[in-house]
Amino acid sequence: MLGYALRRVLSAIPIVFITIAVCFFILRLAPGGPFDGERALPPDVLRNLREYYNLDKPLPLQFVDYILGVLRGDFGPSMVMRDFSVARLISIGLPFTLMLGFAAFAIGTAAGLIAGALAAFYQNKWPDYLLVFVVLIPLVIPNFLMANLAQLVFGVYLRWLPVGGYQPGAILNLVMPVLILSMPHGARVARLTRGSMIEVLGTNYVRTARSKGLGTRLILARHAIKPALIPVVSYLGPGLSYLLTGSLVVEQVFALPGIGKYFITAALNRDYGLVLGTTILYVFIILALNLLVDIVYAWLDPKVRYR
Amino acid sequence: MAGLTGKDAVLSAYAEALANAPKGRSLTQDALRRLVNNKAALVSIFILVAIVLFALVGPYLLPWSFDKIDWAGIRKPPDWEKGHYFGTDQNGRDMLARTLQGTQMSLIVAAVATAVSVVIGVVYGAIAGYFGGRVDALMMRFVDIMYALPYILFVIILVVIFGRSPVLLFVGIGFLEWLTMARIVRGQTLTLKQREFIEAAKAGGAGPFTIIFRHILPNLTGPVVIYATLTIPEIIVTESFLSYLGLGVQEPQTSLGTLISFGAPVAEALPWMLYTPAFILVLMLVCLSYVGDGLRDALDPKDR
Repeated sequence: MLGYALRRVLSAIPIVFITIAVCFFILRLAPGGPFDGERALPPDVLRNLREYYNLDKPLPLQFVDYILGVLRGDFGPSMVMRDFSVARLISIGLPFTLMLGFAAFAIGTAAGLIAGALAAFYQNKWPDYLLVFVVLIPLVIPNFLMANLAQLVFGVYLRWLPVGGYQPGAILNLVMPVLILSMPHGARVARLTRGSMIEVLGTNYVRTARSKGLGTRLILARHAIKPALIPVVSYLGPGLSYLLTGSLVVEQVFALPGIGKYFITAALNRDYGLVLGTTILYVFIILALNLLVDIVYAWLDPKVRYR
Repeated sequence: MAGLTGKDAVLSAYAEALANAPKGRSLTQDALRRLVNNKAALVSIFILVAIVLFALVGPYLLPWSFDKIDWAGIRKPPDWEKGHYFGTDQNGRDMLARTLQGTQMSLIVAAVATAVSVVIGVVYGAIAGYFGGRVDALMMRFVDIMYALPYILFVIILVVIFGRSPVLLFVGIGFLEWLTMARIVRGQTLTLKQREFIEAAKAGGAGPFTIIFRHILPNLTGPVVIYATLTIPEIIVTESFLSYLGLGVQEPQTSLGTLISFGAPVAEALPWMLYTPAFILVLMLVCLSYVGDGLRDALDPKDR
């Protein structure tokens, strides 16, 4: 088990490295740059700027410098927000994005599991039909539209919740973003749970357990839950990356100070340093979480071997 | 002399019997019948066809074109007398005409990007599945890696760097949506290549690429069609999100995402600017989702 985890960690390192390399070279080779303004800068100023931001050396050297910096936790300066280093901006935004993501993950997964299990339990009765219909809504209405409609209804018409923005401690500002982010995730979890639960409840060993007189609750807890969770857990990996992408949308629409917002602003301003830094961070988080999911999966499913 | 031997009568009886013989049903006919019996899918197909037709033909029937400014009717609610059936925007442009143009754009992006992703995914998956072994392991490992990466980030980076041309948008989205298709096609190819007709083709001296394109791909139509219908809504959502960020289709052209992004901030005062494009977008996505489910049930009855 430990060896399996270790091998997975080692195999993730080249992926991170390749991603950094690809993004780095694409960004550097692209036409246009962060210093293109309405007016062309005087050549001397431009030269000084390029020297300051380490853009005057040959590309491979710049890349080596960058990688060495990243290993030290130094992602270089932000080229547009000039008073900040990328590492500083990330240290501001990351805790927020992680909090948002994990809150949405916890709420969505829990609600999805409960809803899916209930629907399976009452298969083809009204709670099932109701849930299948409700679950369809966040799956067909895109996240950003849902966020806008929620802002309009709960923020503008009803005035129950603030429309956007965030300051430390303003819990109410987080209610809408977290719920909007968790809904599509919860819906997918609910669908998967319903499907696999129906399958498991029809298996022979569940019938055996029932025929020996075990109560419904015990059957669910002892026999049905673990196998029914396998497809759900295998979804959680891609689900996490959906969530992080979703946080991009939600942070943008609700004007929240997370790394998603930084990424979009940076991309629009061609702030290479910040784009690279946030992309690396996203890739790193997603790979780490996928690894975690794989290990949980190996624990749940006896058929998986630690090759 | 006709009728002397009764030959004609025998023959015509035979011909009649042939004509009235119980017809065999092909798999396609079976699938069609199942699809027609699925009411939700059928209604969705009609609505989709109506939307597509209206998006393509509608602009010619309207009194206003999508970029024409009506100086007398700026920020006006729906007005039937002037021909602004869904009101006008802040620049006095007709919302219905703009929504139709946006729908057109979203549909074109969806069609082209889906085609790109289907071609890449099918070819990649079929090659990986057919050759198997180390080639397969390597190619699918690459797909696994790509799966783990947040592709929307790369689309955004690409669009920002290489300019905001619609063509790039089509290709960029299509280029990153092929992964699931590759996985499905590979799985199907792995089972197909064990079958006798492939062996026969090999014995007949067909090369690997002839076998893949002539013998394996035609057998993959079902899953490919199903998955393509499921890809279209995903691409529409991606495109509308990029346009929402201001990275997609540029003025005066428009897409449903662009319209929603302009409508959302002013929805309190000018609600028709948000609700018209939002309604069309959601209607299309709902219908596509029902059609996708219906096709899956129709073409693959095992997989219920």
